[in-house]
Amino acid sequence: MKIAIASGKGGTGKTTLSVNLSAYLAEKEEVVLSDLDVEEPNSGLFINAMAVHEEEKYKMVPVWKEDQCTLCGICQEVCNFHAVIQLGEMIMVFPELCHGCYACSELCPTDALPMVPKKMGMLKHLRNDKLSFIESRLDIGEEQAVPLIKQSHEYVDEHFPDDIIRIYDSPPGTSCPVIEVTKDVDFVILVTEPTPFGLHDLKLAVETMKELKKPFGVVVNRHGIGNDEVLHYCEDEDIPVLAKIPNDRKIAVLYSEGKLIYNEVPEVKQELDKIIAYLRKLKQGGVQ
Amino acid sequence: MKIAFTTKGTEWDSMMDPRFGRTEFFLIYDEEHDELKPHDNRSSSNDAHGAGPKTAQVLFGLDSKVLITGNGPGGNAASVLKKARIDIYVGAGDMTVRQAWEAYKEGKLKKF
Repeated sequence: MKIAIASGKGGTGKTTLSVNLSAYLAEKEEVVLSDLDVEEPNSGLFINAMAVHEEEKYKMVPVWKEDQCTLCGICQEVCNFHAVIQLGEMIMVFPELCHGCYACSELCPTDALPMVPKKMGMLKHLRNDKLSFIESRLDIGEEQAVPLIKQSHEYVDEHFPDDIIRIYDSPPGTSCPVIEVTKDVDFVILVTEPTPFGLHDLKLAVETMKELKKPFGVVVNRHGIGNDEVLHYCEDEDIPVLAKIPNDRKIAVLYSEGKLIYNEVPEVKQELDKIIAYLRKLKQGGVQ
Repeated sequence: MKIAFTTKGTEWDSMMDPRFGRTEFFLIYDEEHDELKPHDNRSSSNDAHGAGPKTAQVLFGLDSKVLITGNGPGGNAASVLKKARIDIYVGAGDMTVRQAWEAYKEGKLKKF
């Protein structure tokens, strides 16, 4: 079963939920946690595990062969991202803007834009007993998260059987990286905080998941701050609220020390149990 | 010589646009003929990515040798402008076009 943990707003507790849910589940069964917030992965701060493997990740980008180019301009016409620009008698390529779609390269009539590998980041694979942890980290200066997220999915698919629980820690927001993380999962947990800002961005995330036709539920984090608007919204929209993690100073202290919280704060464990119960029911087809 | 301004309007008294890649207009001042011509760049708001280099390419096509703007271009746009041998002056983001032109003539704008 594939579960993505996403949000609209940043800083709502995606990583807190990802690492605690994963570690708790891994007490009894095999779990793979993938941190796909590749621009700033931080699940690893809370996971004590031994390195199994690491590899450099590359994306393919075009390079200009001046001697083969006829300056026809097709390459810059087909690039949607202005990663290839014709300037007088010169073609300029901006690898950071390139999405690696091959259009310029394939459509060049004189093969003047061959694709070459460019390093974009690192993937690390760690393990602690039943918990496997995959972290992908984009290099500084790289702008495209999607190619690395895609390759991380491929790594997980190749190295783990289908039937174990996979948890994906998503970036915040509703743009391409979030789509890439969530598009093939079975269920999305949207973590929000019960504030006007949290609600505003939750609505955007809900619209995105509806567009993707993904089943999803909401976890309210820091329950007790703000107001009841998030709960009212979920009720009106028929969105299941899977759990309410309380606002507790002790949680913040443990988080700041890089520790897991579910064994220290009983209410958190209870709320995780609710999420797990919901997921089990979902797996058995009991949730409509 | 032709001088380009990033602007929010098409007159000498229009405000400068501090942005480069997503500037609403360029105003091109042809010193030789004392002519001011606008170029509409508002379609750049449709570009999710790469507005900077695209706008730099547009400016190259407008044949001006000097750019007067506000914040200055980002890295990708700057590398296109450098290749296009366009001199860039920044810090005119809060001025009208006329004020920016006078500040440039008096050497008060910072070269990028």
